[in-house]
Amino acid sequence: MIPPDLAMLAARIPDGAKLVVPPDYSGVAVAATLALIARGVRALHLVCAPTSGLQADLLIGAGAVHTIETSAVSLGEFGAAPRFVEAVRAGALRVLDATCPAIHAGLQAAQKGLPFMPLTGLLESDLLTVRPDWRVIENPFPPHERLVALPAIRPDVALFHAPLADRHGNVWIGRRRELVTMAQASRHTFVTVEAIGEDDLLANERTAAGTISSLYVDAIAPVPNGAWPIGLWDHSPPDTQALSNYASAARTADGFTRILADWSRRGTAT
Amino acid sequence: MRLAELLTATAAILLEDCRHVAVGARSPIPAGAALLARALSGGSMRVSLLGSLRDTMFANGGVELFDCAAQGRIDAFFLGGGEIDGQGNVNLLGTGGHPGKTVRWPGCFGSTYLYHHVPRVILFREEHDRRIFVPRVEFVSAAGPDGMDKTRRGGPSALLTGMALFSFNRERRRFSLASVHEGHGEKEVAAATGFDYDIPASVPTTPAPDTAIIDLLRGKVRDELRALYPRFTEKLEGCGNA
Repeated sequence: MIPPDLAMLAARIPDGAKLVVPPDYSGVAVAATLALIARGVRALHLVCAPTSGLQADLLIGAGAVHTIETSAVSLGEFGAAPRFVEAVRAGALRVLDATCPAIHAGLQAAQKGLPFMPLTGLLESDLLTVRPDWRVIENPFPPHERLVALPAIRPDVALFHAPLADRHGNVWIGRRRELVTMAQASRHTFVTVEAIGEDDLLANERTAAGTISSLYVDAIAPVPNGAWPIGLWDHSPPDTQALSNYASAARTADGFTRILADWSRRGTAT
Repeated sequence: MRLAELLTATAAILLEDCRHVAVGARSPIPAGAALLARALSGGSMRVSLLGSLRDTMFANGGVELFDCAAQGRIDAFFLGGGEIDGQGNVNLLGTGGHPGKTVRWPGCFGSTYLYHHVPRVILFREEHDRRIFVPRVEFVSAAGPDGMDKTRRGGPSALLTGMALFSFNRERRRFSLASVHEGHGEKEVAAATGFDYDIPASVPTTPAPDTAIIDLLRGKVRDELRALYPRFTEKLEGCGNA
């Protein structure tokens, strides 16, 4: 069953939203993603900051993604992301391929309220041929070399999972600074957390530097184990058995439907 | 000695004198090589393994690796590839036209940028066949360097496979066979490689690591690697040390 908090959070992510999510090593809100799928979300523009794995594969398999903007989709040591690969093969997915620093740069542009961010080092790649929205510009300063301008990526919603929030709505993200960029670049930020603590995270200098202020956070839902089966830093290891089961089951559409139903029933009960 | 140990030790030699080596995700042998090189440097070499909470210099999120590379603060990086060609171009995206209708691999990751900025990129692919080593990649995720472009710092320095080690000559834009691993031959390498490369008059056998290196690999390095690659280290141990 989907917990009420999560159902409410999922209801606030509309069809067609530009949704930004973090990579598997950061803090992935898998329980919230299952809630989003349960509510039947459609036509998402999924931005992976800068890659994704299980989360993108779940959303693609559920038919929830129209466009994916990413530097890679992979289940890491468990192999290819089967629903992603199948959707690409079938031509059922619009893929805006990128490279990691380009996605970071697009989000950083939005974070700074800039229209674009230039980067060096991208000119020789075929990515430029598949990304006509990336423009080659000239450095206005000497030595006037050519740079690539990456348009700002301004998501409607950032969604991620973190270990801790406080009663004021501040969220502790430690050294996972890409979560700060995601939150500040997006119009709305929804976070699931392992726990909501009593202490004000911004009142203590030791936690303040690793905290996203409530200024950038719209809603927080406590969801213990909310990243399962993906790990959360040193807090919880990945459930390698579950991930391995997924990698083999999701090779077929039927297998995917079965495991999605299993996981949705499981909810966050454990 | 096992192939994994030979490759780890060979890659570690390629990292000699680096100040800071970064290794991407899902790369147990490159990670082992970086940890071995650090041990051989007496601990002065800095190592950042993506995904590690302990063996990393980064504390500013996913973007720091790229910021660091663009500033010249990373000396070496490892890169694999679905296709690699003789000019050092790498395809991590797929084949059959974009976005990869015939074969779709995960995507470019940070390769595009890191290949441009990191001076010593070691191309590493354990499998060695003509499906991977092609005359020309179908999609350029990361471009081999143009020998004329003096402003570009980064690019390939070597290609290490389960069969052989090649060096890369930037001016000639070509690989050259540096050594062949024991149990393999020059003809076998040629038959498995789809691009042309230079062959020196005499090609040595890749030197086997000495006992001091083997001891480090089976002791300190394996212990450090276990946190990030438990399955890989378990497999190494499970096969014994023969």
